[in-house]
Amino acid sequence: MIDLSNVSKTFTLHNQGSAVIKVLNDVSLTVAPGECVALTGASGAGKSTLMRMIYGNYRAQSGAIRVGGVDLVQSEPREIIQIRREVLGYVSQFLRVVPRVPTLDVVAEPLRAVGVGIDEARTRAKDLLAQLNIPERLWSLSPTTFSGGEQQRVNIARGFAHPYPAMLLDEPTASLDAANREVVLSLIEAAKARGAAIIGIFHDEAARTRVCDREIDVSRFTPARAA
Amino acid sequence: MTPLLSVQGVTKRYGANIGCADVSFDLYPGEVMGIVGESGSGKSTLLNCMAGHLRPDAGSVVFDTHGHGPRDTVIMSEPERRMLSRTDWAFVHQHARDGLRMGVSAGGNVGERLMAVGARHYGDIRDKAVDWLERVEIDAGRVDDRPTTFSGGMQQRLQIARNLVTGPRLVFMDEPTGGLDVSVQARLLDLLRGLVRDMGLSAIIVTHDLAVVRLLADRLMVMKDGHVVENGLTDQVLDDPQHAYTQLLVSSVLQV
Repeated sequence: MIDLSNVSKTFTLHNQGSAVIKVLNDVSLTVAPGECVALTGASGAGKSTLMRMIYGNYRAQSGAIRVGGVDLVQSEPREIIQIRREVLGYVSQFLRVVPRVPTLDVVAEPLRAVGVGIDEARTRAKDLLAQLNIPERLWSLSPTTFSGGEQQRVNIARGFAHPYPAMLLDEPTASLDAANREVVLSLIEAAKARGAAIIGIFHDEAARTRVCDREIDVSRFTPARAA
Repeated sequence: MTPLLSVQGVTKRYGANIGCADVSFDLYPGEVMGIVGESGSGKSTLLNCMAGHLRPDAGSVVFDTHGHGPRDTVIMSEPERRMLSRTDWAFVHQHARDGLRMGVSAGGNVGERLMAVGARHYGDIRDKAVDWLERVEIDAGRVDDRPTTFSGGMQQRLQIARNLVTGPRLVFMDEPTGGLDVSVQARLLDLLRGLVRDMGLSAIIVTHDLAVVRLLADRLMVMKDGHVVENGLTDQVLDDPQHAYTQLLVSSVLQV
């Protein structure tokens, strides 16, 4: 479902003496449907960079990143957008929303984008918000004023609204209490059970052991630092 | 799929100076493209060349018309181009007063565009005008008031209603949120996003505000000194800019 071959990434900082930073070299990995793979490695090893590349947010210098058979490195913006809408979900660490939009519609939006009717989309959104213990009185408010933990749960609800065949999870259990952590882990297990291919970053070791089938240490793709 | 708009080699000079040089891209149905760059980078010149307000010195702007398929609007006759700008195209100006008739009521401003495409029944026109005022969150009770009595944000929303009432397929926007308070901007952005999604519109938005393009645009084109220096998926261009100028632009934004 997710297949990377010989992917590498360098950042060139033109305005800072044209510094060239090699971040990842020759990454190849495959994630099958129903499988959850954890990216591990020390801070700065390139876990988030790799995840952003798979989402098409960072550009790869070489190699191929195939999601559902489509190579995102070679795709046009509209093709990447279509993949993101239908195939590839991403739960980032931060919620970014249009001001003023109610929480319920923020969560329902990914479903609306694939053509689900407003009532059905809102029903699903309500169900997820209730599961994640967001009080009903907050549903009609914009999440911009919510606490960090509440925003993270809204973000997770939004990420799990549409049953994407492939998902990227960046620290989905960070800043959550035990009860909500449990809800998120069962959402991940349910996604695996329906056949989703998942790549995640989990600093929470117990969570990683519970939901992940394999670990990939990203530092083995880190190029040797030339002076 | 046929592009809705196909721009090839568009160049406009002002005497010895370059307005925009050799710009080419395809815009597909439902796509929203942002054009960013500093003042004088040529983004407004390009927009006006595409929308038929300026005649480019070279290049073609091919639009997939309803009845006749792809046509080059640069060599089209003036009446044909004017018809396009009333039906399939819309243009939202930065200053609402450039896009509104200030001496005519709000309802009249919306109705006028309907009449220009042949609507004649007064009751229908008025009903549709009221419906559109409500869609852009203007109280229906203000239908007979002139835009001179409206706030800047209301005038901008009225301009959008006037433009969208005829169901265009392509909307050109020149700094649509420029000069508005941030709270009013947020409301307008939310409104535009909803309308673009619900009506399946394609749009080209010129702005210098990177936050606006992040929220509204699927893809982004960065201009400097009349040339396109970078172009791609909006979040990719903003989060992993490749060109020196784009890196400077992105890193110059003040964090709130």
